[in-house]
Amino acid sequence: MRKVLIANRGEIARRIIRTCREQGVGTVAVFSDADKDLPFVREADEAVHIGPPPVPHSYLNVEAIIAAAKQTQADAIHPGYGLLSENAAFARRCEEEGLLFIGPTPEVIAQMGDKLTARNVMQAAGVPIVPGFQEPAETADEAASMAAEIGYPVMLKASAGGGGIGMQICYQEEDLRQAYQSAKGRAKAYFGNDAMYVERYVDEPRHIEVQIAGDMHGNVLHILERECSIQRRHQKVLEESPSPFLDADTRERLCAAAVQAARAVGYTGVGTVEFIVDGSKQFYFLEMNTRLQVEHPVTEEMTGLDLVAMQLDIARGKPLALKQAEIKAIRHAIELRIYAEDPVTFMPSPGTITLYQPPELEGIRIDDGVETGTQVTPFYDPMIAKVIASGADRAEAIEQAKKALEQFIITGIKTNLPFLLEVLEDELFVKGTYTTRFIQERKQKSV
Amino acid sequence: MKNVTATMAGTIINILVQKGDQVQAGQDVIVLESMKMEVPVQAEADGVVTEIKGNIGDFVNDGDVIITLE
Repeated sequence: MRKVLIANRGEIARRIIRTCREQGVGTVAVFSDADKDLPFVREADEAVHIGPPPVPHSYLNVEAIIAAAKQTQADAIHPGYGLLSENAAFARRCEEEGLLFIGPTPEVIAQMGDKLTARNVMQAAGVPIVPGFQEPAETADEAASMAAEIGYPVMLKASAGGGGIGMQICYQEEDLRQAYQSAKGRAKAYFGNDAMYVERYVDEPRHIEVQIAGDMHGNVLHILERECSIQRRHQKVLEESPSPFLDADTRERLCAAAVQAARAVGYTGVGTVEFIVDGSKQFYFLEMNTRLQVEHPVTEEMTGLDLVAMQLDIARGKPLALKQAEIKAIRHAIELRIYAEDPVTFMPSPGTITLYQPPELEGIRIDDGVETGTQVTPFYDPMIAKVIASGADRAEAIEQAKKALEQFIITGIKTNLPFLLEVLEDELFVKGTYTTRFIQERKQKSV
Repeated sequence: MKNVTATMAGTIINILVQKGDQVQAGQDVIVLESMKMEVPVQAEADGVVTEIKGNIGDFVNDGDVIITLE
């Protein structure tokens, strides 16, 4: 591996450049018109313009990206997260073009990209799944009779959905019938696949996921869990590890199930197995993410490992350098996602950052993609920076995180900084007894 | 004459009314997409749609007039 093209943007492109540089690997950034002045473009060894701002014309433009790789003689492609990272056709195309795709095989990406297939594979492998039906509900009547059988509340889900899009909780038959047609229509429009399925909605749900890594020699490891229950619109806002909710026994069983899931599909690369955990610590497989995740720094700060370096080594065909017993939580880590959005309504807030001044504190890591003068455009997702705080224990990590947020200055656009501070000071959060309904319930209380 | 303006920069992904429609204050009339989020925009006053200045797929800036009401 001599030169890696990064088919992504913003903070994750910078993050990948950092590890490539440490390893003496060259880097190529690709960028749209909207991003030409961003730090990641300057920091890469080379940069290639790939098109206008909307993602279908630039960051999802496979032809332009492949051409950029050829032109710069890159020999590998790192897709980052989102965009093309879980696109099996793109991974296959890279292979065909003689480019090393840094991620799992196209077959595994395709298998895990379809929720129904993933669920079937996991059930066959003995990984617990949420009670529900294996077959899609073809009509609203069918969905209603399935729901009646498993009991309300149910979750109506688009098979091809992701990032919270195409999911709807239904508390009674009326809700389900009302939601069915519009959800199906949206799934068709967004994902080109309108298969809908019905499953039990889990009570007091917590979203806890396990980081895994598999090499090409049949070795699979877990790198402990991340608690990701603080979400708005089904999108994560704060993640931490270790989870304040798991006991040692549940943690061991959960991580073992994740390894079992990875083995079942012959996983190579780093990835994440997401679970939903209920109030009585029963856990169920949700989905498998076949890529590096936004919250990977939580695991890095908790264990002291470099997940991007692991990705590069696995792609080179090296066996995993660590044994399971060597992987330990050495600190408590919390990641806060700073979004360009209204802190009360969570509505997007594009615009120009007139002053950007991240804190410089010990125990604080900042992964960001912007600087003073950056224009935050409406074309991409609203995340502009991540604050990762760590400490000897959870209380210390929370204190560090608060200090960092209080000292963080971003002007010119609205951000959720005040909201994140409120979360850190919330009694439920401090106690660690929160669920995925935390934000929603907090909002209802304040109304 | 009253206007419906974009509440933030984004792309028009849906227009929920037609010329001649009677709309009420608070009614969703267009849907913008900004930062990967759908944002409905409401009419601030009652009126009849006299002009629609954008099409689906058009990019609009914060404050651009998209619909005029009478």
